[in-house]
Amino acid sequence: MTDTTARPVLLQMRDIRIEGRSDETWTPIINGVDLTLHKGEVLGLIGESGAGKSTLGLAAMGFTRDGVRISGGSITFDGIDLVNASAEQKRQLLGKRIAYVAQSAAASFNPAHKLIDQHAEAPVAHGTATRAEAEEDGIELYRKLRLPNPDEIGFRYPHQVSGGQLQRAMVAMAMSCRPDLIIFDEPTTALDVTTQIEVLAAIRHIVAEFDTAAIYITHDLAVVAQMADRIKVLLRGDEVEESDTRSMLEQPQEDYTKSLWAVREFQRPDKPPPAVDATPVISVQGITAAYGKIDVLHDVSFDIHAGRTVAVVGESGSGKSTAARVITGLLPPRVGQVELDGETLPLDYRKRSKDQLRQVQMIYQMADTALNPRKTIGEIIGRPVQFYMGLRGRRKRDRVAELLDQIELPPETYLDRLPSELSGGQKQRIGIARALAAEPRFIICDEVTSALDQLVAEGILRLLARLQDELGLSYMFITHDLATVRSIADEVVVMKDGRVVEQGPKPEMFRPPHHPYTDLLLSSVPEMDPDWLTNLLKERGVDDIGDASADKI
Amino acid sequence: MSVWTMILIALVAIAVAAWVGRFVGRRATGNAPRFRDMPYAVAFGYAFVLALLVWAVWYYLQPAVTEAGAPVAGVTFFRWAVHALIVFAIAAFLFRLLGRHVGTSATRKLFRHMPLTAAFGVLVILVYAILAIFAPLIAPYGQAVVFDQVNALPGGNPATGGNPAHPLGTDQIGRDLLSRLIYGAQNTVGIAFVTTLLAFVLGGSLGFLAAVLRGWFDQLMSRAVDVLMAIPSLIFALLLMTIASAWATQSWMLTVYMVFIIAVIDSTRVFRLSRAVGMNIVVMDYIEAAKLRGEGLGYLIFREILPNAYAPLLAEFGLRFCFVFLTIASLSFLGVGIQPPLADWGTMVRDLAQFINFAAFSPLTAALPIMAAGAIALLTVAVNFVVDWMLHRSSGLKE
Repeated sequence: MTDTTARPVLLQMRDIRIEGRSDETWTPIINGVDLTLHKGEVLGLIGESGAGKSTLGLAAMGFTRDGVRISGGSITFDGIDLVNASAEQKRQLLGKRIAYVAQSAAASFNPAHKLIDQHAEAPVAHGTATRAEAEEDGIELYRKLRLPNPDEIGFRYPHQVSGGQLQRAMVAMAMSCRPDLIIFDEPTTALDVTTQIEVLAAIRHIVAEFDTAAIYITHDLAVVAQMADRIKVLLRGDEVEESDTRSMLEQPQEDYTKSLWAVREFQRPDKPPPAVDATPVISVQGITAAYGKIDVLHDVSFDIHAGRTVAVVGESGSGKSTAARVITGLLPPRVGQVELDGETLPLDYRKRSKDQLRQVQMIYQMADTALNPRKTIGEIIGRPVQFYMGLRGRRKRDRVAELLDQIELPPETYLDRLPSELSGGQKQRIGIARALAAEPRFIICDEVTSALDQLVAEGILRLLARLQDELGLSYMFITHDLATVRSIADEVVVMKDGRVVEQGPKPEMFRPPHHPYTDLLLSSVPEMDPDWLTNLLKERGVDDIGDASADKI
Repeated sequence: MSVWTMILIALVAIAVAAWVGRFVGRRATGNAPRFRDMPYAVAFGYAFVLALLVWAVWYYLQPAVTEAGAPVAGVTFFRWAVHALIVFAIAAFLFRLLGRHVGTSATRKLFRHMPLTAAFGVLVILVYAILAIFAPLIAPYGQAVVFDQVNALPGGNPATGGNPAHPLGTDQIGRDLLSRLIYGAQNTVGIAFVTTLLAFVLGGSLGFLAAVLRGWFDQLMSRAVDVLMAIPSLIFALLLMTIASAWATQSWMLTVYMVFIIAVIDSTRVFRLSRAVGMNIVVMDYIEAAKLRGEGLGYLIFREILPNAYAPLLAEFGLRFCFVFLTIASLSFLGVGIQPPLADWGTMVRDLAQFINFAAFSPLTAALPIMAAGAIALLTVAVNFVVDWMLHRSSGLKE
């Protein structure tokens, strides 16, 4: 990372103001932000959701979403005024000199066309290359991005390649016209830590190789620390501060930035281990479960004791969520059994008694789909209260209010709202309240914080920890984020390909020696050190990241 | 010069006008984005619509009667259509204005965001509903009363073959057409409404049940529906009606059979839709949460799934209502639907259909069947306006 500020300015945004239309009025989204990007420089944009990062990133292309307008300020890209540019001028720029990489490659690729066809579209349309040249160049780019089988992968359809590979194919596509500027809009947020590294390394490598300037939008500070030369922090449409990566990490000036940096420091005190003869609340014994004829869990066993949190970690497809489905009874296992307080639970949830169902509750990853959008908060929380406890009328209302108090939302404001009127973190709290309403002993938390910003996620973790202390709950905490594990778990179960690879108390798990897979997971978690990725790559060898190293285990 | 050459010349003229118009627009506004970024196709569209409007005004101003005193049918009908359009637009506008200032704050808010088309649709549906419910009070005569004068023309002017006692004229056996149109609203619309409701209760609940239960129940129901849908619906309805007519001892029983037959045939479409919508909702986590809570089927379907399926189902209800309504009119037109002496628009069109042949000589005579047909068309259009609006609103909510 050399000093790029001495180089000519590529993109200049002056006092940019952006408004969005809602309820027939224009409400400001960005209130006068300045942004300067030099040639070959990578700028990190960070902030919580709703801070206007994506809107600002799109505005750098002279583009706004429907119902959004640029109401003031100027955007100059290499001498071209993007605010007043004609549609024809912008067509010449976009895709050719400015490219965009979206958060979800799976949703951004057209599933009906092969990767290489979509890759070649822009160069051919812009006349920078013939179809054959574009294809050849695409294969070369795939090779540079270290995609497996670069000669063939382009001729597959999007659903035939994995998420991380698709994301890299999208980076290749953005590179197809060798643009001067690429906007990366949270390109790794939806990926596992192990895949994330590959994509990060690929992006960093190719951006440096072609001397491309980039705006890297993310809410993950550790990621931005690896990628950016400079970092700009946004809060609700205002710039909080901007400086180069190292000084930003070492001495942030503003309180808000400090609070962002401090999030990862939340940690619960270690609890004494459970008594040797204690009956676990939930005991999973020798579970082998299958979807159809294919086994996805192989002989999985673990115990969860009263008042303790067991974190189940592993990358996607490792069987974490399937284990949860077995415990809830949604997927009756082929072999093995599940015990609740020493009593064997019927394998199918339909055969369980109301009381057994009550004891095991679940909190979901996507609060959007976990709450019925047509029911008010009062109805959502009130239903289990009425269903299990038989409370009605006044007493039900009081109980719901009490539950809302427990999750730190004032009842009078929230009782009659619909889920769509709440923020992501508030929705997740409602999900917690619904689980609490059943007065369970055991709650499964399925990636409850992975869709949330770090500040909000930390609030949820603190709430869960407090509730555990107050109510003596046991949690099974499914996650792929090891920072979360570090802050909340008492015990850790590492899963891979449907098997338990390693399990034990948390302090032990974070202390070497590890199982190689645990080691891979642990070392893949980005750290707040700008040299972390460089060092890691050096350590693992350039060709030995991600997939490659995972295969060696 | 043939008509085709003229059309070709007109198109070329429009194409040139579009280019010139866009060019002038750019110059005059100093390259405002609206003109600067306008694709040629859009400019052509504007020019085309403009040309169409000019033609409409010109045609409207043509004399409706030739110098010899014979009416020009085309111009007359065009004027009627334009007048109707203007009257409807003004009525819809006034209705929306009324809605914006009268009523609860919720309805006022509803009307504030309502497009004119939707206001028109709501107005027409309201008027039809009032006519249908209060038909005996509003209609000047009974639906089966026969008068001396047959085939009186609409307009109520004796000089043009009308009768002031029958403002919309009488049919071939001397029944007052205004009364029959009003009673027709009661019979046709009322029966269509009941039929559609039945089709939705049947198809909707089975569809949701299939979505929740899956497995053999879903297979059984879906294949049965496939079989029913494979038979052309109108012919199937005719066939079943013929069978039913053998059992019907009284004419009202035939109507009841018809309601059931059409409801069953139409419920197949509703089943398909509600099953598809239900499938998308069933995979949601909140349904899983409800299942794990131990909720029963009834709660799942009516309290968790149904509220989320209202938008597509209501939209389908509007469309289905139109189709049912048209099916009943067709069946009546073919003679197996609503039985005389009950007034029904389909039957009225059939009975008066031969008068359409006089359109070229006497537009008023041709208006006799057009009134009943227009009543059907108006309701269909109105319902579709409202449905479009609701679809738009529900898709807007998702954003």
